[in-house]
Amino acid sequence: MARLYEYQSKKLLKEGGIRIPKGGVASTPEEALMISQEIGQPVILKIQVWITGRAGVGGIQFAETPQEAEKIARQMLGMKVKNFTVEKILVEEKLKIKTEYFAGLVIDDAKKSPLLIFSSVGGTGIEEIAKSHPEKISQASVDVLNGLKEYQARNLIRKAGFSGRLLVQLADVLTRLYRVAQSYDARSAEINPLVLTEDNLVYAADCHLVIDDYAVFRHPALGIEIAREFDRPPTDLEKIAYRAEEGDYRGTFYFFQMTEQITKQENYIGFHGAGGGGSMMSMDAVLDKGFKLANYCDTSGNPSASKVYRAAKIILSQPHLLGYFASGSGVASQEQFHSARGMVKAFNEEKMEIPGVIRLGGNYEEKAIEILQSYLKDIPAKVEGYGRDDSPEFCAQRLEELIKENKSLTHKVRPLAEPSLDPQSCSFETITGKIFIDHQKCLGCKSKGCVEACSAQILKLEEEKPVLAFSQEETKKGKCTECLACEIFCTFHEQKAIFIQLPIPGLKEYRDRTIENSEAE
Amino acid sequence: MAILVNQESRVLVQGITGREGMVRTRLMKDYGTRIIAGVTPGRGGQEVYGIPVFDSVEEAWEKTGPLDISVIFVPATLVKNAALEALEAGVKLLVVIPDRVPIYDVLEINHFARQRGAFFVGPNTLGLVSPGKAVLGMIGGRAERAREWFRPGEVGVSSRSGGMTSAISYYLTEAGLGQSTIIHVGGDAVVGLSHPEIVELFEKDEQTKIVVMFGEIGTTQEERVADLIEESRFTKPLVAYIGGKAAKSGTRFSHAGAIVEGRRGSYESKVERLKEVGVHVVPAISDIPKKALELMEKSKE
Repeated sequence: MARLYEYQSKKLLKEGGIRIPKGGVASTPEEALMISQEIGQPVILKIQVWITGRAGVGGIQFAETPQEAEKIARQMLGMKVKNFTVEKILVEEKLKIKTEYFAGLVIDDAKKSPLLIFSSVGGTGIEEIAKSHPEKISQASVDVLNGLKEYQARNLIRKAGFSGRLLVQLADVLTRLYRVAQSYDARSAEINPLVLTEDNLVYAADCHLVIDDYAVFRHPALGIEIAREFDRPPTDLEKIAYRAEEGDYRGTFYFFQMTEQITKQENYIGFHGAGGGGSMMSMDAVLDKGFKLANYCDTSGNPSASKVYRAAKIILSQPHLLGYFASGSGVASQEQFHSARGMVKAFNEEKMEIPGVIRLGGNYEEKAIEILQSYLKDIPAKVEGYGRDDSPEFCAQRLEELIKENKSLTHKVRPLAEPSLDPQSCSFETITGKIFIDHQKCLGCKSKGCVEACSAQILKLEEEKPVLAFSQEETKKGKCTECLACEIFCTFHEQKAIFIQLPIPGLKEYRDRTIENSEAE
Repeated sequence: MAILVNQESRVLVQGITGREGMVRTRLMKDYGTRIIAGVTPGRGGQEVYGIPVFDSVEEAWEKTGPLDISVIFVPATLVKNAALEALEAGVKLLVVIPDRVPIYDVLEINHFARQRGAFFVGPNTLGLVSPGKAVLGMIGGRAERAREWFRPGEVGVSSRSGGMTSAISYYLTEAGLGQSTIIHVGGDAVVGLSHPEIVELFEKDEQTKIVVMFGEIGTTQEERVADLIEESRFTKPLVAYIGGKAAKSGTRFSHAGAIVEGRRGSYESKVERLKEVGVHVVPAISDIPKKALELMEKSKE
């Protein structure tokens, strides 16, 4: 779920007509000073990170003067809190608080509707209060087609024990909160505390919105980098992976790193799962063997071979791995040879040395295993392919045994290199890449097997050379499914005339940095 | 008998001319599902594997007669529109295959379906299969595989993980236990027919003698199944496995969920609650066939 920072959430509330404290975001102590001067009264400084309990770690402090604010800001910026380094702080007027409430919204999976929650007690410890004093909490499901009507909000507030002007004020906040949440596709929204000040005004003193990952595309203005559930800012490699996924709607590619730094001595392996349930089962199997996972990765939902290729390239951009473990449910409905081809291209390009155990059970598993067995003979790594009747436990054990054969071997990240391409080559674009065919080399080809290997039948022979059977435009729009079969056939059975370029923006630079760092170690 | 779909069901495919739509139409048709028509706006008049394609659901209905089920393969952003179109035309069961459907769209589809007395499976589902009768969606991949992996029988299977739906069913087949209906309820936080609704359908199905459920952390589905058992609304033997024990719970961010759900949703809560009402919760996937066999024997005594 895509989380917004407090300052972002508050901006949306303000646009929705909910009162928020005066203030601004500072990235430097000087900015904090300026904002405090503008406010002209005591301020509160709050670190902008995705954790609760900021006050307990010194992440929320008050300042009487702008100079004091500057000094506190200097301490706060750069502070390490859990997985975060503080880069921004919110500087706001200090409110004179009379009472604190809680207002929130979640999606209720049982009723399949948004659920509004109001509590007459707010602030820290709200969960404990909810448990010990359930009577202080009132809830109401919202009809998603008709929205929240003002009278419904008023009734909810009334049930929480309010009346008169305050009831109307609070109900107004609730209806506006619902509108903001719905218009921004919020999975959850909460104002905690919602405060009543000494001059009887209602303010949202803190707010967190979480946007539905699947609807982030509707809200480009929010600038969400990765629409995935993260409890920390994404790493550079995760950003690269996400961008690689973004342009390709076929299947899912999910990647995150499980450690900040992969060190040589720690038994890290690269993990490549398929499907949530099967991945979890497979992770358990390798964890039981004492391995640690450098990353979690899932390519499923019938991904293209090109997507699986990119996933493998990204996994192999992590240094010091002892092995590569790929395993899903074992009885996949997707055509498993796509995954096999994606890995074959990636492992060959990387000249992979570390052992791999690839469990591709399911639809077309025999073909998938055959592809792994036939086309990974030229690399130093031992890679074994398994199917649905080989359990994850057995496969994890195989990986352990292969790693033990050469314990000192760890993965070295290579610079991203491409073969030199003859500019005279025949070339055409595909959905996410480009295919180059060196017709000079085709002269020596006897079988012309690439035409047959292409399951989408986009190639035909013209003067004994493979050319497109469709227009360039149709090919780019998806006639070519990027199954990679032509390149693999040509590389292993013929003249190495075909190269499929599948760019991964940012990966080259990332690898160069990684290599530099590991040389410095 | 089986639930939700059988060899009589008249099925429509929305998005039939797309990549997935075409491949899975082939699977469904080859397996024996009665695919009556397909819809892709702008492609009316074409055919896919001999199935006529229409520009709208209404047109398909007018020209081919009433349709019981629609299987939806359109891109996620267009799912809501396709679903509402099918519901408005009168279809009573939707199978929503795509992943990444916005949650508020799902809520709207649900609301609309309820008003019309209709139901939906998914989104983010592999689909369902009543072995020997019909398959909806992409489960099995090819008819040949679906016939090999899934056999007619008396175990109902409901799962929140796509891959594990097939895996569990395959293990049951290997153990000599056939299945009545196998359903992947979908992997999202809000789905149409969820575990509790599915077990209630299995309760009424004569063919189903026992049920196997693959649960996962998150949502309240498994706890609600326990509630049904407590209220005697589900009385058949149930084998359950809950995935996600090892999942590291993230840094908590929102209080709102915790206020509403309390501990519900966690691995411990689900296992405890299910055990409390007598469900056979197994610690490993590989224990499922053994336990199912044992319960099946007992049910015959």
